[in-house]
Amino acid sequence: MRKLLSRFRYHLLVFFAVVGPGFITAVVDNDSGGIYTYSAAGAKYGYLPLWTLLPITVVLIITQEMCSRMGAVTGKGLSDLIREEFGLRMTFLLMILLILANLTNVVAEFAGIASSLELFHVSRYISVPLAAVAVWFLVVKGNYRSVEKIFLFACVFYVTYVISGFLVKPDWKEAAIYSVKPVLLLDSGYLYMLIGMVGTTIAPWMQFYLQAAVVEKGVTAKEYAESRIEVIVGCMMTSVIAFFIIVACAGAIYSVRPRDIQDASEAALGLRPFGEYAFLLFSAGLFNASIFAACILPLSTAYSVCEGLGFEAGVNRRIREAPVFYFLYTLLIVVGAGVILIPGFPLVRMILLSQVLNGVLLPFVLIFMILLINRQNLMGEWVNPRWFNQVSWITVVVMIGLTLALVGITVRGVQ
Amino acid sequence: MGTLSIADNLLFFTELVSMPVLDIRGRRIGRVKDAALVPMVNSSRIDRVLVGGAYTWLSIRYDQIRSIVLGKGIMLSDEQLTPYHDDEDMLRIGRDLLDQQIIDVTGRKVVRVNDITMGIQNDGVRDTLTVLEVDIGIRSIFRRLCQGVLPPRWIRRLQQPIPPNSILWDLCNVVETDPLRRLRLNISYQKLEKMHPADLADIVEDLSPAEREAIFETIDSEVAADALSEVDPKMQASILEALEPEKAADIVEEMAPDEAADILSELEEGTSEEIMDEMDSAEKTEVQELLEFEEDTAGGMMNTEYVALHENATATDALAALQGNTDLLESLNTLFLIDAEERLTAAVPLARLFIASGNAGLKDLASETLIQVTVDEKQNRVTELFDKYNLLTLPVVDEEGKMAGVITADDIISVLRQK
Repeated sequence: MRKLLSRFRYHLLVFFAVVGPGFITAVVDNDSGGIYTYSAAGAKYGYLPLWTLLPITVVLIITQEMCSRMGAVTGKGLSDLIREEFGLRMTFLLMILLILANLTNVVAEFAGIASSLELFHVSRYISVPLAAVAVWFLVVKGNYRSVEKIFLFACVFYVTYVISGFLVKPDWKEAAIYSVKPVLLLDSGYLYMLIGMVGTTIAPWMQFYLQAAVVEKGVTAKEYAESRIEVIVGCMMTSVIAFFIIVACAGAIYSVRPRDIQDASEAALGLRPFGEYAFLLFSAGLFNASIFAACILPLSTAYSVCEGLGFEAGVNRRIREAPVFYFLYTLLIVVGAGVILIPGFPLVRMILLSQVLNGVLLPFVLIFMILLINRQNLMGEWVNPRWFNQVSWITVVVMIGLTLALVGITVRGVQ
Repeated sequence: MGTLSIADNLLFFTELVSMPVLDIRGRRIGRVKDAALVPMVNSSRIDRVLVGGAYTWLSIRYDQIRSIVLGKGIMLSDEQLTPYHDDEDMLRIGRDLLDQQIIDVTGRKVVRVNDITMGIQNDGVRDTLTVLEVDIGIRSIFRRLCQGVLPPRWIRRLQQPIPPNSILWDLCNVVETDPLRRLRLNISYQKLEKMHPADLADIVEDLSPAEREAIFETIDSEVAADALSEVDPKMQASILEALEPEKAADIVEEMAPDEAADILSELEEGTSEEIMDEMDSAEKTEVQELLEFEEDTAGGMMNTEYVALHENATATDALAALQGNTDLLESLNTLFLIDAEERLTAAVPLARLFIASGNAGLKDLASETLIQVTVDEKQNRVTELFDKYNLLTLPVVDEEGKMAGVITADDIISVLRQK
């Protein structure tokens, strides 16, 4: 009995030692773009889209699990592995795409910061530069461990969505029913929304970030069982938060008058009739999510690119030791934030462009992932089991299909 | 071509790849696919050039080559070519080196190989390729990206403005995780053993788990112990767990007992017992005693590497004692005096020995106040004492006042850094 207890204590300790990468990646998936997608779905279609969260969770878990397993077993980042197995040219191409895609993502995050703070009557000409400087200093002056603690703390703030979901007093019975009852409407807007929800679930940067963070954390194959639990719990939490965002918008906007909303801050305003707190919490959540993602995206991009191309990288190195890393990191923040301040900048087009770039990059990343994780020389006994391989190939094909569909619709919509 | 600043007797691996190969009569038999060293024979000469022929790859020995000219190709001097089948003694440049990580011994970091610079030497009979440098940095990335897209001479001209970044081949260490292959390829880590343990620890942290194990398995146990004490605590445990218990025990024996105890307490019970079983009994008892203490007490922080003398001893006795403990000298700064019951009575700063005459009693050289703690003193209190009294070494005693060990300033720095 005592032995059992000490074993349990050991595993609990290991679990807390590996917590971080999985949670952070999954939670940041609900960035300003994600929040907008879920708000728009709830505002227009109420509780109907809730059922998609279940398959979304499964897809997230399958892809994230593969990345963290590769990180734990090989001790190398995804871009490292792609470089070693597929050569410099392919890596270079992917990294250029990754920089472009993530740059547009960073722009979207700073747009989220601007619009959420404008709800509190803070001008974007004050909020965006301040946020950019804060983000830059946080990472450059901190070390990875303290930064990770701040990130984990930021995860806690997502609870604001849960509370605002409750404050709106939605119809819980309907929410419960539609969470498990799939509804397909042959309405182009509805289909587009579904594709959008699933299509934005997996972004290329997540795979790079998660694997790098697992490696940085020093998770080993032996501790992987705990790490896997962390990834799964993280993915489920993400969907719980998405659930409450949809429910809040369904209860506050759809039940009053179903309509299209243009951005996430409009959703926050829609909550206002249900109490000042619901509105405040929703907006604060949006700000938290945006600034959180604005920290992670440039960091993760600079890290992956430098790793893949063989430049020194990491916040534990000094600027002189890793010039390319800091240059890229700074560039992404400066351009990402600067663009928001240009009057009349076509922001909507930029965000659509980010979807297209992510969509182009994702198939490469997912296919490389499956190829890599099946290499015996890298993974040894940790290669995908056969059944898991089939499931992940199906997932990957479906995800690529949906993402390309989203890209197609987006491109047609722009013309 | 006199305007080129890159000499014609240099050849990059990116230029060698896909170079045409011509037989004795000048007929083209294929293009270069890869090149290989046979480190058992020569550590830097390109011993084989692998050529993709019409049906199969051919393996060309260095002495079958007449000349190598950029823009023209490789001219052979022999017709007896053998088909290539995987040769375990070969370190293939394209497959095993390009895009992989190697250790830059003088730069003390892990780098990724972009390209290889080779020299062409002519001994009157044939041209021979020798690996000179491993190229890293932007210039070699540029070359790789343009390889096959632009003619080699253009690439050489276009890359001029980019500063080169290379490491001499002799100062590189290839990392190989398979022990059998390590033997066949004659890879050793002797170069790493000469580095400062802290630098080696930094390098090891940058490698993957398998590569880490490969290094710790191979290098001298004493070097391994020094480096391991500098590695991040969490990684220490995973390295030891991955090693064979005998090797792990060898390394742990070489470590300071307090550090050994710290690492062993991080391991799962079964693993640490396995390692302890393999240890020599003297070191084992010492470590076991230290393991009894809670990690955040003085007992858990202390080590047993100190020199204690009887309180009536003289300076001459002290010098004799030091001569018997030469392995402790590097970090020793205080001597301790004990009475007949082994109870601690005084501390003598080592430097005072220099100005004392040989028959001076150590008691007269001792510090006025004796600061000591008991084994169960809390960690916070211990760090406070170091700060308050500007200590370098703090003696730890058991319940009966007997000397149990010492805590040194470097232990305190590690504790503070971890907070």
